Amino acid sequence: MHTTDKYTGVHAETVMMKGANGDEINAYLARPLGDGKFPAMVLAHHMPGWDEWYREATYKFADHGFITMTPNLYFRSGHGTPEDVAAKVRTEGGISDDQAVADLEGAMKFIRGLDNFNGKVGIFGTCSGGRHAYLTACRVKGFDAIIDCWGGNVVMEKVNAKMPVSPHEYTKDLSCPILGLFGEEDSSPTPEQVKIHEDELKKHGKNYEFHMYPNAGHGFFYYHRPAYRVEQTLDGWKKIFAFLEKNLS
Amino acid sequence: MCTMITQSVKIVGSGKHNNEWIKLQQANVSFDHPFHAPYEHTLNIDFVNESQRVAVELSESAARDLVQTILSVLHQAEAEGHIGKQSA
Repeated sequence: MHTTDKYTGVHAETVMMKGANGDEINAYLARPLGDGKFPAMVLAHHMPGWDEWYREATYKFADHGFITMTPNLYFRSGHGTPEDVAAKVRTEGGISDDQAVADLEGAMKFIRGLDNFNGKVGIFGTCSGGRHAYLTACRVKGFDAIIDCWGGNVVMEKVNAKMPVSPHEYTKDLSCPILGLFGEEDSSPTPEQVKIHEDELKKHGKNYEFHMYPNAGHGFFYYHRPAYRVEQTLDGWKKIFAFLEKNLS
Repeated sequence: MCTMITQSVKIVGSGKHNNEWIKLQQANVSFDHPFHAPYEHTLNIDFVNESQRVAVELSESAARDLVQTILSVLHQAEAEGHIGKQSA
């Protein structure tokens, strides 16, 4: 917990990193300043893109003592405002699961090369980023915690070429504890889909903690959207940092 | 993307972008999260050319009303003999 007498500092910048297929992509990296070793977080941004909310979230995790890296998963679709790039990706039918997973794995490997990393790394995502985070935590070894915030299409009825496997089918391969935060009024994932996911975690004996918030829909953390729910958001962040304290210290 | 519901159509026309008229070549229509409109999902139309975008985000009911209104206007124009004479 931060107290007013403590030194605090964060260095935040965009850097280049190696992603899927060895491609160089950019990423937002925020590093706590000060002595000692720090745990780390990889963030998977949401469908609206590599945007301001994700730069703020990257900084927030760093301010709480985590080396945090958010790769630009839409890098290959060109540059412009985050929403113009995201609109282009939307028209292209999204990005492929393989590419997203490899980009997020690349961020984890980048962090592992940093001197002041304590060896424990988690992954966090919201919306499509929650789905990408879950896929990555299942398909890539080396993560110590995963936080899925209202990831849609974790339980898919219809797959396609870019998203060929419903992520919940990888559940048996999940190798770290998971925290899931969801809203009862969400239409993707619906509470029924969250239940299917939860049953799968239970079936495979996974360490999970799911919270379904009443009076909350999709994206209830987003203070700039009407879906924002202050009480649920404050409680959600509290649960996130308690979960990370437990699993990454 | 969250819903993955998106379709594109080639179009011919112009749109106003940053106070200037630009040529438009394609309309990308999706039903997904908006960037600005205050809903969880909206009917989104991105009117684009190679490098520019004119974006619209509509509520589901507004989108349905708009479709009906466009068709109604086209029917009226056709009935009054304007279509076929000067339309491209």
